[in-house]
Amino acid sequence: MNTVKELQAKLKELEEKLTAATQKNMRQKIETMSSEVVDSNPYSRLMALKRMGIVNNYERIRDFTVAVVGVGGVGSVTAEMLTRCGIGRLILFDYDKVELANMNRLFFQPHQSGLSKVEAAAETLRNINPDVDIHTYNYNITTVDNFDHFTKVLTTSSLTGGPLDLVLSCVDNFEARFTINMACNEFNLTWFESGVSENAVSGHIQYICPGETACFACAPPLIVASNIDEKTLKRDGVCAASLPTTMGIVAGFLVQNTLKYLLQFGQVTNYLGYNALTDYFPTMTLKPNPGCDDSNCRLRQKEYALKPKPEVAVEAKEDEKPIHEGNEWGISLVSESVEDSEPKVVEGIKLAYTLPGQSSIEECKEATTSNDISLEELMAQMKSI
Amino acid sequence: MVDEGTRKTLSNIQLLKTKAGPRDKELWVERLKEEYQSLIKYVQNNKEQDNDWFRLDSNKEGTRWFGKCWYIHDLLKYEFDVEFGIPVTYPSTAPEIALPELDGKTAKMYRGGKICLSDHFKPLWARNVPKFGIGHAMALGLGPWLAVEIPDLIAKGVITYKEKTG
Repeated sequence: MNTVKELQAKLKELEEKLTAATQKNMRQKIETMSSEVVDSNPYSRLMALKRMGIVNNYERIRDFTVAVVGVGGVGSVTAEMLTRCGIGRLILFDYDKVELANMNRLFFQPHQSGLSKVEAAAETLRNINPDVDIHTYNYNITTVDNFDHFTKVLTTSSLTGGPLDLVLSCVDNFEARFTINMACNEFNLTWFESGVSENAVSGHIQYICPGETACFACAPPLIVASNIDEKTLKRDGVCAASLPTTMGIVAGFLVQNTLKYLLQFGQVTNYLGYNALTDYFPTMTLKPNPGCDDSNCRLRQKEYALKPKPEVAVEAKEDEKPIHEGNEWGISLVSESVEDSEPKVVEGIKLAYTLPGQSSIEECKEATTSNDISLEELMAQMKSI
Repeated sequence: MVDEGTRKTLSNIQLLKTKAGPRDKELWVERLKEEYQSLIKYVQNNKEQDNDWFRLDSNKEGTRWFGKCWYIHDLLKYEFDVEFGIPVTYPSTAPEIALPELDGKTAKMYRGGKICLSDHFKPLWARNVPKFGIGHAMALGLGPWLAVEIPDLIAKGVITYKEKTG
């Protein structure tokens, strides 16, 4: 029989062997990106983008810091792509653990079950590209306790100690998207929203530059019309379906536009949708809502209005055309809810819901009036029921 | 959009006025008072109508809520712990109500035992910011969830009746 001590010693020895073995296979860090075309250069094909005239200065990728919020089906693939592209610093947020139920998606492996997603991801990513500086935060950003830390990271964690270059939202819920929106409006950070529908057959990405383009609170969320009748959609026994295909495609769109934004090549799409059932890809541009509920969004809009605009090639004529040729996608904007502030959407995209005008619920009792009673008294009253 | 049942449920709960979240300091206290007043009235109404189904309590700051909810099935009372936090984006987004002890027992839940809400809940909430409060989240979110899920979980034998010990 081994004593506990002996077993502990054995365990330590094995752990050391394991670390040594993993380190042996790990490549060394590379000081500067080289465009030399040799088998041993992990950056040769990326640097070739320069030679081909696509990107002017690819190695600038190392100066950028990007946050990936939500390291699930979309976020993990996004993080891997950015890592392989050689991004300077990558900051990961998630509070979930890897589960076997995640294995229908890419990136994570069964042996990682039970590990926190950010830890598991960081380990794999450091192995893929040790040049990328990876920071991880394992918490829920929507809680009061974590929000301040979250915004502090977003505003101080770039490679120069300043605000991040870009925030990528890869979360799977409305609350977290709203939280990111709130933070980015407040601290004037550019971000991309991304999402895959709960039925797994549509997705989208949206570029949000506070003040310049519509924020996430400017209008109800824009979703890709799936053309499936809600009534025939079976929801029995599950919250959400998912496919590695749709998620991989959305992650690809997201990182593609991230690279275009950071390295300044091509055009960044404001809103890009994907309908998997018909392989339809609607795109559109969305202006911010002057009456947006988020006061920081309104503030950024004022700031943007005062900024001198760069001359852009003539392209804005879309508004003149009739917006809908037909109604193949079943867009239904109820007339009473259409206000001036409500965005015009293109074919194939719809608002997740419509908002009413002022004072909608007359069927309810009037609002509570807070009189002189104190909060403590109310709390005590609640306890005593 | 709002059916008769929902209308009736809503008519039972006082609406709120102050649009303030937990980061709003004094205004949040104002909002919190409205939340408590609305909840107290709602629970009292429930009791009067012999439909008492939950109790809630919060920390001093009103950012963490916990309590119990119960559901009567075949004359037996099934009781569950309820908890949720107030997100920084409240009241623009609803609180995510969780029943931690049922986590992993039903697919109609997200991580941590957060209940899966119907497609109608979020649009309804969004249309009524900031008038809807915690009472509305309970009545329109947790109430219907319990009514659908608990009988199903009992039928499947996933949850069984426990004699009250306390």
